[in-house]
Amino acid sequence: MSGLSVNLTKRLPGFTLDVGWVVRDGFTVLFGYSGAGKSLTLSMIAGTMKPDSGRVVLGDATLCDVGAGLWVPPQRRRIGYVSQSAQLFPHMTVLGNVEYALRATPHRERRRRAVELLERLRVGDLGDKRPGQLSGGEKQRCALARALALEPRALLLDEPLSALDLPLRVEMRDLLRDVQRNSGVPFVMVTHDLYEACTLADTLVVYSGTGVVQVGTPRELVGDPATPEIHRLLRAMEVPDSVFDRQHAGKLIPIDRKEHVA
Amino acid sequence: MSIPDIAFPLALSLQVALLATLGCALVGVPIAYVLATRTFRGKQLAGVGVMLPLVLPPVVTGYYLLLLIGRGGVLGAVTKALTGTAYGITFTWQAAVIASFAIAMPLAVNTARAAIAGVDPAHADASRTLGRSELETAVFVVVPLAARGVAAGLALAFARALGEFGATIMVAGNIPGRTNTMALEIYNAALYGDRPTATVLVVVFTLVSAAILLVANRLTRSVTA
Repeated sequence: MSGLSVNLTKRLPGFTLDVGWVVRDGFTVLFGYSGAGKSLTLSMIAGTMKPDSGRVVLGDATLCDVGAGLWVPPQRRRIGYVSQSAQLFPHMTVLGNVEYALRATPHRERRRRAVELLERLRVGDLGDKRPGQLSGGEKQRCALARALALEPRALLLDEPLSALDLPLRVEMRDLLRDVQRNSGVPFVMVTHDLYEACTLADTLVVYSGTGVVQVGTPRELVGDPATPEIHRLLRAMEVPDSVFDRQHAGKLIPIDRKEHVA
Repeated sequence: MSIPDIAFPLALSLQVALLATLGCALVGVPIAYVLATRTFRGKQLAGVGVMLPLVLPPVVTGYYLLLLIGRGGVLGAVTKALTGTAYGITFTWQAAVIASFAIAMPLAVNTARAAIAGVDPAHADASRTLGRSELETAVFVVVPLAARGVAAGLALAFARALGEFGATIMVAGNIPGRTNTMALEIYNAALYGDRPTATVLVVVFTLVSAAILLVANRLTRSVTA
């Protein structure tokens, strides 16, 4: 069994989240207006927030099933989480941060493994720095290294690129795609940027204001939106048709990057 | 006035205050952590209970302590058995530590609680998703991030413990050479008209307390800045 199945409701003051979707492994992007509950969904997959009802199933492991009274605490889920602000611990060095995630690794091997991970993300020279001394892009790479140190069963990314400058975003997007492909770990990323969504996603999950979602490849969704609202949401970004490579059915390949034109 | 006159009370006060502060760190900081990060039934009541010694007259807190550890108190038999004396732990310097601890703890809890509540909960969540237990999250992430506020709380607790009088005299008495801390010694000196000793102690006290307040202020200012 592989893939991720999410079926959740959560009532908060002034907002009720009620979503259900199933995706295969690979790169999944949750896309939609802000305030539609995308980050909330990630919190409940990570286990840092409890849903009122519903289930989360990752591969063959049920992480949460409110009806059956099942709740796996975040410590035992082994799900990496990288947020927009990276959330590196400011009182530890970068190496300290990565080693903190290597709880299951014997003490004497932690340093070597942490250095290895930082080098893999091309920030091997930053190990002795504190997070406060890093740029936004460096922080994201280090946070990614820390999340991968966990050997996660899935990696959640909450707008990891939105705090970065444009050229860096392009670079980080490529990096994320490479890391996902090479690690084989399922990624679930939240973004507001449709272009980012379309270029990264194997599967796109669209959140609309009413909580209705549509799931499919970016091409399927742009070509056949389920509701007028989703149509408006996707059209608003005006993805040029050239973004789609017609040779790859259903798969989006960026040919003409908007950033390069701008 | 010879030097040993104030040497004993000074050393005793430092010893009592340091141990009381250690108690605040070991007991008060965990209480502050729970009050700052958890929601549970009776939390408000627990908060009131912890803060009560701050507003009660120290003699009242001292009387409660007597009911607890005094002769015939709830734990009196235990302390009698431990010490092998009729009075148990009362009228000893250890009782002065307990009195100072009880009076100083609200200050440590209150300041540490505010500092811990000010730590971004996303850091704790990050620690949890990295596989770390609640205890590891508290010890390695949240409390270190609140370290300055926690230290400020402990500094205030130390200052308060150093000058404890009311509860101390209730449970430890005022026995020269045994339980006469600086505050008690000032009272004794004033009572017997020994103004030079009283003056020296008062000046020492004022300087030490002012220095601790300065340190605590600096620590809390950089927390809120």
